[in-house]
Amino acid sequence: MGNWSRFNIASIVLGFGFLYLPIVLLVVFSFNESKLVTVWAGFSTKWYTQLWHNQALLDAAWVTIRVALISATCATVLGTLAALALVRYTRFRGRMLFSGMVYAPLVMPEVITGLSLLLLFVAIGLDRGFWTITLAHITFTMCFVAVVVQSRLLSFDQSIEEAAQDLGATPVRTFFAITLPVIAPAVFSGWVLAFTLSLDDLVISSFTTGPGATTLPMKIYSQVRLGVTPEINAICTILIGIVAIGVIVASVVTKQREAQREKDERAAFAQ
Amino acid sequence: MKSLGSIRRSFAPWADPASKPFISVRNVTKRFGDFTAVDDLSLDIYTREFFALLGASGCGKSTLLRMLAGFEQPTSGEIILDGQSLAGIPPYRRPVNMMFQSYALFPHMTVETNIAFGLKQDGMPKADIAERVGQMLKLVKLEKFAKRKPHQLSGGQRQRVALARSLAKRPKVLLLDEPLGALDKKLREETQFELMDLQQELGLTFVVVTHDQEEAMTMADRIAVMSHGKVVQVATPAEIYEAPNSRFVADFIGDVNIFDGTVSAAENGYLRIETGNGFPVRMASPDRPAVGAKAAVAIRPEKIRVSRQAPAHAPVNAVEGEIWDIGYLGDMTVFHIRLKDGRVVKASLLNAVRAVEDPFGYDQQVWISFGEDAGVVLKD
Repeated sequence: MGNWSRFNIASIVLGFGFLYLPIVLLVVFSFNESKLVTVWAGFSTKWYTQLWHNQALLDAAWVTIRVALISATCATVLGTLAALALVRYTRFRGRMLFSGMVYAPLVMPEVITGLSLLLLFVAIGLDRGFWTITLAHITFTMCFVAVVVQSRLLSFDQSIEEAAQDLGATPVRTFFAITLPVIAPAVFSGWVLAFTLSLDDLVISSFTTGPGATTLPMKIYSQVRLGVTPEINAICTILIGIVAIGVIVASVVTKQREAQREKDERAAFAQ
Repeated sequence: MKSLGSIRRSFAPWADPASKPFISVRNVTKRFGDFTAVDDLSLDIYTREFFALLGASGCGKSTLLRMLAGFEQPTSGEIILDGQSLAGIPPYRRPVNMMFQSYALFPHMTVETNIAFGLKQDGMPKADIAERVGQMLKLVKLEKFAKRKPHQLSGGQRQRVALARSLAKRPKVLLLDEPLGALDKKLREETQFELMDLQQELGLTFVVVTHDQEEAMTMADRIAVMSHGKVVQVATPAEIYEAPNSRFVADFIGDVNIFDGTVSAAENGYLRIETGNGFPVRMASPDRPAVGAKAAVAIRPEKIRVSRQAPAHAPVNAVEGEIWDIGYLGDMTVFHIRLKDGRVVKASLLNAVRAVEDPFGYDQQVWISFGEDAGVVLKD
């Protein structure tokens, strides 16, 4: 660790500055007394209190959370199934094409995904609103889940499934008793990823929304066009807080598990 | 009570035409695309037999085992178990269990729940499961480790959990895929004998796949030597070693010297084979090939004598050479002896006496010789 050269320090400062300076500013100004966003006038939590009385913002938050919960759950089921099919059935024709097609939405511009979904909903005459947003979110988050679960399945020792069947478990029981518990961490990370993607999506939601279904990002965006208020800063700070806590908890749990596992393994071989 | 030894010695159902095979593999072929893994293979395995499938990797032995377990379906032919065809029966309805090469322990379950898994699938009452799991843990001496997870066990312990799990359901047949492959040499040798005792005690039929010939020779009642999806020879370990039916088997099992030549005389159950450069071989053989036919004589290194003087029967079954290489293995010493025509003969001498001095040294001129029934005449 003796490489604290000026160049390295500068790189780190610049890198973290680019990443976190805007966020730090946002958080700091959410505690600003003044209504003017860029002028500091003392510490206050009044914007947080006011937030609590802004019914429109709370409604939007509630819609967002419901969309995220439902779409992440559906996307996890579908994405896991897709990953299983792609990893397991290696001998069908056009597997490469299908694999590629699963990855495509990852790089597809959101505007195009949103527009094509809008066209589809209009074509089949679906009333736009809460459910069209949910459907759209399932569509675009599913492939992320598939990718996460697929990478776990590639390192999955399939002989444990064979062992389960050999011991008398039907394929369905094998899936629920053996496969799912073993890949559960990957499925869970897939769910978390889908949940966060759904939570902060603006473009696709805007395309597929209808009357009465406004998500939080849409609400924030529309308010910002009328001018940034400290209230927006406050809600963004809360969002950042939630995401940060989620990420920290997830990584701490993973780290601890790994450490415990390593300790156990060392103990086993020391005997 | 009869000792295990006397049971083993008298155990030879394959020699009795009245006994019915327990597992019958009939003309089974398995193809994966263009590749034929198992080629028109037929085999009979008897109740309580310890049967080994031996061959190099890719010879089709594992595919055959997987077909017995039900993970692969034969392309053609059928497998009969206890009078019933296994065609179309999925692995979870077959009365066989398998011990996997990787052990395939369920990583999220404890030793106990791993062993109980199969019993639970059968809907066995909880109290009975607990009792059976207790027996199994005792059998493999892992009582203290019941609550551990697989990653908290050493390799040898995992192997024993896998064994206990596959035995818990008391299957009619236990299939073992390279059961000792992941253990170190010492542990492997111990476990070989443990497995044999266990198989005798429980009276089960074992089918084991291995690429380790010593392992197969030690444990099995009979060995099927496989190559390119076919069985080359099925016989007891002693028969396989002393009377290989082909050059492949002679060469695959143990060390061997093969002398190629042509038959010059055949009388009274003996053949005289000219192997060239004034080295005729006279060898016992039940076959009567025509004079002038090609033949080869296979002789194991330990059946070759090395001496300073020419034996009385020289030059038949005796030839002069020079010691080229000496390998001291402790229990025996292996000599590579170079004949005048450049052929190298391997001879091994048991070090029955603590040697103060080597009996033979490098570059020494010696005679090698062997008896008239020391080797076997190969047809191909």
